[in-house]
Amino acid sequence: MTDILTAIVVLANYVFIPAIAYGSQLALGALGVTLIYGILRFSNFAHGDTMAFGAMVTILVTWLFQSWGISLGPLPTALLAIPFGIAATALLLLATDRLVYRFYRQQKAAPVILVIVSMGVMFVMNGLVRFIIGPNDQRFADGERFIISAKDFKIMTGLKEGLAFKTTQGITIVTAVIVVIVLFWFLNRTRTGKSMRAFSDNEDLALLSGINPDRVVMVTWIIVAALAATAGALYGLDKSFKPFIYLQLLLPIFAAAVVGGLGNPVGAIAGGFVIAFSEVLITYPLKKVLKYLLPEHLEPSTLVQLLSTDYKFAVSFSILIIVLLFRPTGLFRGKSV
Amino acid sequence: MSTAVKNVSMFFIVACLIAGTGFIQSWNTALFILNMGLISAIMALGVNLQWGFAGLFNVGIMGFVALGGLASVLISMPPTGDAWAAGGLHVMLGLVLGAATVTAAIIAQTRLKSGRTKTVSTIAILIGGFFLFRYVFDGGVNAIEAVDPASTGYLGGLNFGGKNYKDWGFMTVISWPVGGVLAASVAWLIGKTALGLRSDYLAIATLGISEIIIAIMKNEDWLARGVKNVIGLPRPVPYEIDLQESASFVERAASIGVDPITASSIVVKLGYAGLFSVVLVIVLLLAQLALASPWGRMMRAIRDNEVAAEAMGKNVTARHLQIFILGSAICGVAGAMMTTLDSQLTPASYQPLRFTFLIWVMVIVGGSGNNFGSVLGGFLIFFLWVQVEPIGAFLMQAITSGMAEDNGLRVHLLESVAHMRLLTMGLILILVLRFAPKGLIPEK
Repeated sequence: MTDILTAIVVLANYVFIPAIAYGSQLALGALGVTLIYGILRFSNFAHGDTMAFGAMVTILVTWLFQSWGISLGPLPTALLAIPFGIAATALLLLATDRLVYRFYRQQKAAPVILVIVSMGVMFVMNGLVRFIIGPNDQRFADGERFIISAKDFKIMTGLKEGLAFKTTQGITIVTAVIVVIVLFWFLNRTRTGKSMRAFSDNEDLALLSGINPDRVVMVTWIIVAALAATAGALYGLDKSFKPFIYLQLLLPIFAAAVVGGLGNPVGAIAGGFVIAFSEVLITYPLKKVLKYLLPEHLEPSTLVQLLSTDYKFAVSFSILIIVLLFRPTGLFRGKSV
Repeated sequence: MSTAVKNVSMFFIVACLIAGTGFIQSWNTALFILNMGLISAIMALGVNLQWGFAGLFNVGIMGFVALGGLASVLISMPPTGDAWAAGGLHVMLGLVLGAATVTAAIIAQTRLKSGRTKTVSTIAILIGGFFLFRYVFDGGVNAIEAVDPASTGYLGGLNFGGKNYKDWGFMTVISWPVGGVLAASVAWLIGKTALGLRSDYLAIATLGISEIIIAIMKNEDWLARGVKNVIGLPRPVPYEIDLQESASFVERAASIGVDPITASSIVVKLGYAGLFSVVLVIVLLLAQLALASPWGRMMRAIRDNEVAAEAMGKNVTARHLQIFILGSAICGVAGAMMTTLDSQLTPASYQPLRFTFLIWVMVIVGGSGNNFGSVLGGFLIFFLWVQVEPIGAFLMQAITSGMAEDNGLRVHLLESVAHMRLLTMGLILILVLRFAPKGLIPEK
C-alpha cells in the first residue's frame, strides 16, 4: 500500500506538478496565438518573442522594485511587476499593429503574407530584447522557494520519497486559472467580448451589425499582450529567462494551439496540457515509479525513459502530426482559413 | 533605364560592395562573404523554388541545410572500423526494425477495416515495435560510443581512402548531391503529411522537423559525434600549409609582392569560390529553364489560383510535393557545401534565425519568383549580415562620443552592438514588404 502511495508521490513530484505548471504556461501562450488567429487570421511567429519582451520588462521592473526594497514577503516581487510588463507589451503590440500590420489588413493581404511580416517583427523584437537585456540567463525569482519542500513532505508523511511544490509552480497555476476565468468571462459575458467572438466567427456579418473592427483589433492586441507577458514572465520565473528559449517555445505553443483547434480558446488550453503532459511523461525516466509498483524481481534494469529529454520537441511534433493526420481541424473543431 | 540595365547595375553594386570590403578591410573577409554569398544564393534559389514558384511556406530550411552538413560527414570521413565491428550491425538492425514498425503501422492503417481492431492493432504495433527498436538499437549505440570517444565514437563515413583519407578530397564534392538526396527524402516525408492541408500547417510542421533534425544531430553521437563535433573534414582544394611549403608557390607569391601566408589562404578561398560558382551556375540555369518550361508555367498557375488549376486537371498536391522536394534538395546541397567550406560539422551552430529566417529575408528582398533576384538577395543580405556589426559599432561610437568614457549607457550600447544584426534584418524585411513587396528584381 505504501509502495503504491510512494509511486504516486514520485509521479506527482516529477511528472504531474511540473507538467501542470508547464501546461499552464503553454496554455497561456497558445491562447494568445489562437486569439490572433481567430480575429486577425494569421499565425503570429512573433508570439514567442512577444513573450520574451513582456518577461524582459517584468524583470527590469522587478529589479527596480528590489533596489527600492519593495517586496511581497514570501511571494516573488515579479508578481507586482507583471502589470508593468503587460502595459509595456500592450504599447509595443499596438505600435506594431499601427506601423506594420494595419497596412496589410486594409489591403486584405493573404494570411501567408502576414505570417512573413510577423517573421520580420520577430527579428526586430528578438533583436530588441537582446539589445536591451543581453542574450544571457537572468534570474529574478525571490521570496520563499517552496510551498512544500521535499524534506518537509517526507517528515510529514513518513514516506520514502518527497514531494516538492515550488512557489513559482503554485503561482503559475493560480495565475493561469485566474487569467483563464477572466478571459472567458470577458469573451462570453461582456459586449466587447461578444463582438470579438462575432468578428472571429464571421467578419462580414459582424461588420454589417455595426461592430467597429478597429476596436476589436485593438482589444485583441491588448488581451494578447496581457496573455503573452504573463505567460513569458511565469515561464521565466519558473525556469529561467533566456531570450532564445522563447523562440524555441514557439513550437510547443503552436502545437498546442493546432492540437486544440486554431481559433478555439478552450482548445488552446486543452492543447497546452496535452502537449505538456506528453512531453514530461515521455521524457521522464519511469524507473523510479516502477520500482515501487513492480515486485522486486521484475524491477527494470534500465531507466525506462522512453525518449531522452533533448527530444521533447519531437514529442510535441509527433502529437501535432498525429492530430493533423487524423483530425486536421484539431480536437475542438477550430476554424480553417 | 531598361530593366536589364537596372538589374545588371544592382549586381554590379553588390560586387562593388564586396570588392570594397577587400580594399578597405581585408581580402580574406571579402572572399568569405563571396563564398558564403554563393552558398546563400543557392539556398535562396531553393526557397524561391518553393515560395516564388509554388507559394509554399517552408520555415524548416535550417533542418535541410543541417542534413546536407550531415551528408558531407557521412560521405567524406573515413569509416571507424572498430565502431562498425562493435555495434554497426546492431544499429543498422535497429534502424531496419524501426522502419519496419512504421511501415507495418501504415499498412495496418490502410488495409484493415475501420473500427476498434484497426486502432488497437496499430497502437500495439507501434508500442511493441518501439520497445523492440530501443532494445536492439540502444545496445549498438552504447557499443559504438564507447569506441575511443575522445576522437571517434561514431560510425564514420564512407571515405575508403584509409589513413590518407584527406587526399580523397573529391569525396566532399560527391557528398553535395548526397546531401541533396538526404534532404529530399526528409522533405518527402514532411510533404506527404503536411501538404494539402492549410498553408500555416506546412509552416508549423517544417518548423518542427527542423528542430528535430538538429536535436537528432546534437544527441546521436554514433551518427556524427553530436555536440562533440566532427572536425578536419577532407577538402576539395589544397591546404594552405602545403601551398606555403611549395617552393614554386612561394616564388610566384613573391613575384606579385604578396606574402605567402596571405596568398595561400586567398588561393584556397578562390578555389572554393570557383567550385561553388559552378554549382550556382548549374542550379541557376536549371531553375531558369524550369521557370520558362510548361512545368514552370503550370506551377505558377497553381500558385496564382489553385482552384482553377485543379479544375484544369492538375494534381495540385502532387505538384506541390514535387517542388517542395526539389527546393529542399537544393537547400541540402548548399548545406553540404557550407560544411565543406567550414571543414567541420558543429550541430550547435545551427540557429533558426540564421539559417531559416535569414534565407527568407534574402528571397523576399531579392524578389520572390525571380531567380536572379534570389541570387542578388543572397549576396546582398549576407554582405549586410557580416557588415552590420562593424557599421553599427562605428555608428554607436559616433552617437555616444559625447558621453563620458565610463557612462553606463554608453558601455551598454557599445556592448549590445552585436545584436544590431537581427534588428536590422527585421527592419529590412518589414520595410521591403511594405514599400517594395516585389523585391529588388520583381518577377516578370
